[in-house]
Amino acid sequence: MARETHGMVEKRGSGLWLTHVFMILGVLVIFFPIWLAFVASTVTQADIIRPPMPVWPGDQLWNNYKNALFSGINVPVGTMLLNSLIMAIGIAVGKIIISLLSAFAIVYFKFPGRNLFFWLIFLTLMLPVEVRIVPTYEVVAGFGMLNSYSGLIFPLIASATATFLFRQFFLTIPDELAEAARVDGARPMRFFWDIVVPMSRTNIAALFVILFIYGWNQYLWPLLITTDPEMNTIVMGIKQMFPSGDDFAHWPTIMATSILAMIPPVIVVVGMQRLFIRGLVDSEK
Amino acid sequence: MEKRVKFKGWLLPALLIAPQVVISAVFFFYPAGQAIWQSLFIPDPFGLSMQYVGLGNFEFLLSDRFYRASFVTTAVFSILVTLCSMIPALFLAVIADRLIKGSGVYRTLLIWPYAVAPAVAGVLWLFMFNTRVGVVSWYLGQLGYDWNHVLNGGEAMGLVVVASAWGRISYNFLFFFAALQAVPKSVIEAAAIDGAHFWRRFWTIVLPLLSPTTFFLLVVNIVYSFFETFGVIHTITAGGPQQTTTILVYKVYSDGFVSQDLGSSSAQSVILLVVVGLLTVLQFKFIEKRVHY
Repeated sequence: MARETHGMVEKRGSGLWLTHVFMILGVLVIFFPIWLAFVASTVTQADIIRPPMPVWPGDQLWNNYKNALFSGINVPVGTMLLNSLIMAIGIAVGKIIISLLSAFAIVYFKFPGRNLFFWLIFLTLMLPVEVRIVPTYEVVAGFGMLNSYSGLIFPLIASATATFLFRQFFLTIPDELAEAARVDGARPMRFFWDIVVPMSRTNIAALFVILFIYGWNQYLWPLLITTDPEMNTIVMGIKQMFPSGDDFAHWPTIMATSILAMIPPVIVVVGMQRLFIRGLVDSEK
Repeated sequence: MEKRVKFKGWLLPALLIAPQVVISAVFFFYPAGQAIWQSLFIPDPFGLSMQYVGLGNFEFLLSDRFYRASFVTTAVFSILVTLCSMIPALFLAVIADRLIKGSGVYRTLLIWPYAVAPAVAGVLWLFMFNTRVGVVSWYLGQLGYDWNHVLNGGEAMGLVVVASAWGRISYNFLFFFAALQAVPKSVIEAAAIDGAHFWRRFWTIVLPLLSPTTFFLLVVNIVYSFFETFGVIHTITAGGPQQTTTILVYKVYSDGFVSQDLGSSSAQSVILLVVVGLLTVLQFKFIEKRVHY
């Protein structure tokens, strides 16, 4: 139904104008911290340490970003960006693969211990990594996985959200398809590859968006296990750029790094908005 | 719901679930079990041996003034974060819902902060309120207000609350907006014909229809403030001043990794485990209802 016809409910004229004003004000307030960070990343340190800092961008954009990316403070930000990218993609891809496989097994097979297994993975939904940090750290240290990508990735894919999502989705795939595959003598894995995976494309993509953000934005876990600056991720590395003493932090570099840290997730969220919203709604069901 | 068609065999499904079983066992069940086990012991000062103390760690914790304070801090913090992120989000969603055109553009702009990691949000807000260079603190100073969250516990709490709520506004906005769009227009029109003006319609019709979404967001935001705000606290206040912003998750970290008090930290993990369990039950109870409403 076209909403334009409901003149009685929709505001017109001054009301509509006011609505836009409120909306724009809201957006400006929400955006203000990002704008300030951007401005700070384009001026010199001297501009910042004599407050108030300017509100419009300066001419140091290229210098500050070049300096951050290739020199940084403890380690070039380029290195941290790469680490974050590997971690985020590793978590997203790893979690999607193991959950696709186990959801397929739960839905399409009858095997002993299926229910037990189902309830065990249900339990993993309940305990975020923040709660079990000390023993998980000991396990990872015991495997010699401190300061490694596998140490960054594996403990964070040990949760069953994605398995549940795929299970829900597989249950909606018509039984006739599996029946036909069985009559044709197709083996289960063939059915998996030719029917189940292609049908799950949208769900996989939506989940990828959510998991990528989740992985990229991790803070506590990388903080614990990457003691070597070369392995820092960008989100946890920013805090490491602050001096420990009473010195002034080098704000232009830190703010350029903050902007760089938000660009990949913002691109993913804004660029894949529809998938993102779908993934968000799905993963909260 | 069950599939009628099942494939046969046990080896293939066993192989299919193996990766998840192994990863959950090694990185989830074993550490969780360790947390429970370690909570019953106190290591000696050199970390060479462990002494069994039963529930001693828990007794000690519950009588510890700082731990009890941390519970109160967490409660205050999560209530404030939830309110500060839900009320502006609802307000923006109601306005956006009134627009026929352009709401998509605003939505695109408003979801930005969701993508910003809590730790990065912490750095952005720290920058604005920094006692020496912060723009906001400088203008407050011009107005005669001496902002110093490094010394003032109330200001520190205010700052971590706002920094934590900021990104959540986007998240809540998306859910409220979707729920508002789903409110049947005929109901609103009927009320409008009866002469109910906008705010009256909002309070008596729209808000009650939003209650499933509101309740869902309440639980989700509390879970968020409990477990995902570590980055904000660590970057802005590191739990200070005088532990006024030490929420439970931060205390697990600072006792376990900074003070190396493993027994206490494990006991805290176990207590948190119970808290998460309760919140999860609450969430699932509600989801069951929501599916059938």
